[in-house]
Amino acid sequence: MLVKAKKNILTEIYWWDIIKGLWITMRNMLFVPTVTIQYPEERRKYSNRYRGMHYIKATNGVENCTACMLCPTVCPAECIHIEAGERPDKEKYPVKFEIDVLRCCFCGMCEEACPKDAIKLSTIYEMSTTTRNVWDKEFLLEQRGNK
Amino acid sequence: MEFDTLAMLIKLVLVLVILLQVVPIMVWVERRGSALMQNRLGPNRLGPLGLFQSIADVIKFFFKEDPIPGHVSPFYYVMAPWISIIPAFMTFAVIPFASGIHLGDHYVNFQVADLNVGLLYIFSVASLGVYGIIMAGWSSNNKYALLGSLRSSSQMISYELSMGLAAVGVIMVYSSLHLQDINYAQGEWFHPFGLAMITLPKWGIFVQPFGFLIFLTAVFAETNRLPFDLPEGESEIVAGYHLEYGSMKMALFFMAEYINMTTASGLLATLYFGGWHGLGWVQHFLPFTGMTMEWIRVLLEMTAFALKVTFFMWFFVWVRWTIPRFRYDQLMDLGWKVMLPLSLLNIFGTACFMYMGWI
Repeated sequence: MLVKAKKNILTEIYWWDIIKGLWITMRNMLFVPTVTIQYPEERRKYSNRYRGMHYIKATNGVENCTACMLCPTVCPAECIHIEAGERPDKEKYPVKFEIDVLRCCFCGMCEEACPKDAIKLSTIYEMSTTTRNVWDKEFLLEQRGNK
Repeated sequence: MEFDTLAMLIKLVLVLVILLQVVPIMVWVERRGSALMQNRLGPNRLGPLGLFQSIADVIKFFFKEDPIPGHVSPFYYVMAPWISIIPAFMTFAVIPFASGIHLGDHYVNFQVADLNVGLLYIFSVASLGVYGIIMAGWSSNNKYALLGSLRSSSQMISYELSMGLAAVGVIMVYSSLHLQDINYAQGEWFHPFGLAMITLPKWGIFVQPFGFLIFLTAVFAETNRLPFDLPEGESEIVAGYHLEYGSMKMALFFMAEYINMTTASGLLATLYFGGWHGLGWVQHFLPFTGMTMEWIRVLLEMTAFALKVTFFMWFFVWVRWTIPRFRYDQLMDLGWKVMLPLSLLNIFGTACFMYMGWI
């Protein structure tokens, strides 16, 4: 839609509009509070559903995962690599559980697919590193989430 | 050493040091001011209120590699930043920052160069600065840089006309080109339209309100500041004339811009806002006499001048973050079809007013 600007003598001189603009910037400077979050000291509150750093939930120090291979199957980025093994009590468990976090797209489908409530995405979002990490089972077993 | 030489050296060093110190402070003001206007905070980590951020910037500029690209013309490429910064320093020489003081049988005028053609000197030297920009754009061998310098040269020529013609009004009213004389003249009072009941200080803003607006607009174009920063125009021609420059050479262009701003602010204060007038009434409340009082008077005058310059410096920043850039043809239209006739009209009006004895 074409909107025609209203023209009158004041807008043609420019000065009135410029003074109005100057007032807008001055008002923003003096009376409008800043919206900056000063990061290391202040942090933005994310919702509990935020999909951040992965972890595997453990019950009594034993991981919930039974190496059912649902999460690597559903994973669109193919970043989960599991090798299954057998415990002495014939329970299936993951010998190796690796997440290539460089490939992960944090879609959370693994979390949805998991029948054992094992793989979880925590609300931690500070994941930058100087190396190209593949997270192994030991790292993932740290209980860093609240889910 | 002779007294006059010593006084001249002290004034020279004072002005030079202040001009150099203005640059980092203005960079800080620009960043913090723009941030606050956009509801951000700006640099606030280094030092109190982030003031040391500019020092960090300077150190960074110094330690950056200083390459000369292979496709440039090296001689002019290296010379261009200096050509643009030296006139910037030179222009401030004739601006008086306080009235004179008698020391023994000597008279010290607070003005680096006591020229009787001060205003003409400023216009002539300030227009030399454009050579630096043109040389930078031409020697860079780059289309964007060339476009930027072409824009800059045509813009400066167009707006210098109306700027000079607006200043003619001031020259007519005070009948002098000597900036110190203009300042002394602004200490008087006058009755606008010959009305005895209204008494105003004979400042340029009251005598020449119309000329002031024209001069102010033209000054923005002369210093390449927004809304007339077409020579740089980040969104159109990358960075304009200093596109191929890096490290300290780039910093010199930056410094030239800010020092030009300082000079322009000083000129606006001198011509239209009474220069160092304005705080003289304070000394009636002070219990000093003799030489102490004289020095306090000088200090008050310097403070008044500094306050006015500070206001205009802030005004430059304020306008920069308020008004968007003009389109090029709009800029030329404004310069030639609006500002030039208006400034001629201003001269005519001033002449009429002076004939009627209204000013």
